[in-house]
Amino acid sequence: MVNDGFRLFPEQATAHAAQVDALYLFLTLVSTFFTVLIAGLIVYFAIKYRRGNRKVDRTLSHGHGMAMEISWIVIPGLICLIIFGWSASLYFSAFRAPAGAISIQVVAKQWMWKFQHPNGGREINTLHVPMGQAVELTMISEDVIHSLFVPAFRVKHDVLPGSYSRLWFNANKTGEFHLFCTEYCGTDHSRMIGKVVVMQPAEYEAWLSGGKVNESPAVAGKRLFEELRCATCHTPGQGQPVLTCPPLTNVYGHEVQLTTGSKVMADEDYLRESILRPRAKVVAGFQPLMPTYEGQVDEEQLMQLLVYIKSLSTNPSAQ
Amino acid sequence: MTVLRPELEPAVPPPESSALALPRRHYLNAGYSVRSWLLTLDHKRIGLLYLLSITFFFVIGGLAASIVRLDLMTPQGDLVQTETYNKLFTAHGVIMVFFFLVPSIPAVLGNFLVPLMIGARDLAFPRLNLLSWYVYMLGGAFTLYALAAGGVDTGWTFYAPYSSTYSNTYVMATAIGIFITGFSSILTGLNFIVTIHKMRAPGLVWYRLPLFIWSMYATSIIMVLGTPVLAIAIFLVGMERMLGVGIFDPRLGGDPILFQHLFWFYSHPAVYIMILPSMGVVSEIVPCFCRKRIFGYGFIAFSSVAIAAFSFLVWGHHLFVSGQSVYAGLVFSLLSYSVAIPSAIKVFNWTATLHKGSISFDTPMLYAMGFIGLFTMGGLTGLYVAALAVDVQLHDTYFVVAHFHYIMVGGAVMGYLGGIHFWWPKMTGRLYPEGWARLSAILIFFGFNLTFFPQYILGYLGMPRRYHIYPAEFQVLNVMSSAGASILAVGYFFPLTYLVWSLFYGRVAPSNPWRATGLEWQATSPPAVENFAETPVVTQEAYDYPAFDAMDAMAAKGLPG
Repeated sequence: MVNDGFRLFPEQATAHAAQVDALYLFLTLVSTFFTVLIAGLIVYFAIKYRRGNRKVDRTLSHGHGMAMEISWIVIPGLICLIIFGWSASLYFSAFRAPAGAISIQVVAKQWMWKFQHPNGGREINTLHVPMGQAVELTMISEDVIHSLFVPAFRVKHDVLPGSYSRLWFNANKTGEFHLFCTEYCGTDHSRMIGKVVVMQPAEYEAWLSGGKVNESPAVAGKRLFEELRCATCHTPGQGQPVLTCPPLTNVYGHEVQLTTGSKVMADEDYLRESILRPRAKVVAGFQPLMPTYEGQVDEEQLMQLLVYIKSLSTNPSAQ
Repeated sequence: MTVLRPELEPAVPPPESSALALPRRHYLNAGYSVRSWLLTLDHKRIGLLYLLSITFFFVIGGLAASIVRLDLMTPQGDLVQTETYNKLFTAHGVIMVFFFLVPSIPAVLGNFLVPLMIGARDLAFPRLNLLSWYVYMLGGAFTLYALAAGGVDTGWTFYAPYSSTYSNTYVMATAIGIFITGFSSILTGLNFIVTIHKMRAPGLVWYRLPLFIWSMYATSIIMVLGTPVLAIAIFLVGMERMLGVGIFDPRLGGDPILFQHLFWFYSHPAVYIMILPSMGVVSEIVPCFCRKRIFGYGFIAFSSVAIAAFSFLVWGHHLFVSGQSVYAGLVFSLLSYSVAIPSAIKVFNWTATLHKGSISFDTPMLYAMGFIGLFTMGGLTGLYVAALAVDVQLHDTYFVVAHFHYIMVGGAVMGYLGGIHFWWPKMTGRLYPEGWARLSAILIFFGFNLTFFPQYILGYLGMPRRYHIYPAEFQVLNVMSSAGASILAVGYFFPLTYLVWSLFYGRVAPSNPWRATGLEWQATSPPAVENFAETPVVTQEAYDYPAFDAMDAMAAKGLPG
């Protein structure tokens, strides 16, 4: 918890934290064993075979050298493989958020964290989340690389400029937990901290509805889509009889055929690039007519547009 | 090793009590003019030039660290301003890595010892060797200018786009300094590789080489192959910063992860540039003070080469949380464990060498034993940070700071100091005061552990590195760490003083004070300009201490009183 007293081991506030700690303790066991073994042997030999000790037998027995070499190659090698397998499977299984996770948009900048909840609620440097529900953060930076770290959840991921990063957790304990920026980002890096407030789901709902009412990102995205006249070219029946730009229904999460002949998965980074640099990857059958929107939409508006475009897809959970 | 060179080396060392005199003619009294030092082509003098220079940088880097640790005594960070704090830890990292650790053993001990150990008159390219020192000093001058002008605040890792676009500090001057210094590293590596291949004394086949030479060879390979990539990374940062060419900043169309790939492609192998030479030093010291053959010579030799080779395949383990693909993460994690094996081989073989030895606890041996313990802990905590799911928690926290200081200070600096003490009589012709030296070795060992062990705990608790201000609950462990740092500082101050003292007042050293087997001990202390009066011929393996001691004993019997 924030403002906790002195401790030697971090608090666990997710089921994942307990799993990481199990591996951490195993590693500590292995390390302690080998440290004690090596240090113990050094001290033991140093005392027993000190130069002043003339009584000790120093005749060397020959022939075990190779067996010893092989044993201290093979045994540490096997232990390493166990650690690798364990940590890799934990990392791999915890990589993707489960379906139905609450999606929260995060924009980082020097030196603050901006969060937006699905109903449009915004907050800075404090993130309220419900206990017992998976929460997925979609994160981007407006400037340099930052990194979002919640030690009690054992989660961390860099927040890059120019592309989206994701991180998810499912808190199993209410309370306030530290949130740190862990990628050095300039002068006030150490002030780019905040807290995650984990609440009972009912309290979270009450908190959400109690805040200042904002447009939800999907609604804001739809409004932007119209304000920026995207609909003119991208929506059938709005402008010309023949669409000059690809329709956006069921695009997100599906493969798109490009003019170059290659295919690309229409994920958030692809859609973002297509808004900012439309000529980078042009859909087959269309001309590169679209102007760039670089400089006309900020990171938060881009995220809202993407949430809206995602909502046009029947398979929005696909990534 | 036996050497047919009776006219320079008495069969038996004169008894300690008899007043030894320095040899009439040696490399130190070959000339006293400034010119004889600044234009010297003697590898031994160039080694000493490097010794002075890197000690200077070590003191500056150490002062920066002292202020950082002092500031971290309180969570509010009330000693210096945040801008200053950021510049201090950057200065500490840049100076210690590029201007102390990377050149430390190779440029000082390596320069001094490689020709002596292989029975050569000098390195293959003496002029290139002198050039490397000038290049190093030029790079150092740029970096010192950047510091004096106002400092740089990017951290020693220079992550883009912060370094290339956002930082308003002296990034370019520092980067140019590091870029230039890299060439001195390349020249040194090149010189060693050619020298070790072409200039070994007759009979000195690869399997008779001292393990220090094997480790210098492995280090040189990394220097020659890795450093150019760092130069490229820095060059590209400069292109983006000064000309606005979009390489790393997404706003200019660049990719920030690309910088991390380029940077760590050098900077991870660079860790082995720092630690491999120390491993070589320890491999010299341990058998000498055990009077025993080293256990597993071939395994130690080839583990150095294996470490150099594997070191180029693991850089991606610095990118587990930065957005590289999951599958790349899996591969780099697995490959990282491959480095653990040759490291473990060395530790076990050194420990096995102690078994049935006749162990004395002179200062170099204390440093070597400290090295083995601390390197073991640094290496084992490497298993944590190579483990994907655990690294997510540990990345960019104090755990990483503790881990690499155990390797680079607990390992590399202990090895360096062990080596300096071991070869000090050879380099200067003087003995240092043993009591003070042992005391400082012990102080350094305990001060080091008190400084850095609490940082492991801090890291898993979640304290991020490079934090000027931190939550109050981390204060106790930070105060322990700062207390340890003050002991460490005292421990480092002692050798600085008594080694200088010994130059003037130390007892005159015999040519082989430790009764060690290496060829360098067959030369006088300090060696003559030409090292050996005639080229030595090697007929035996390295580290045959039993045979060496038996000959000593026979010679002692053969001579009256």
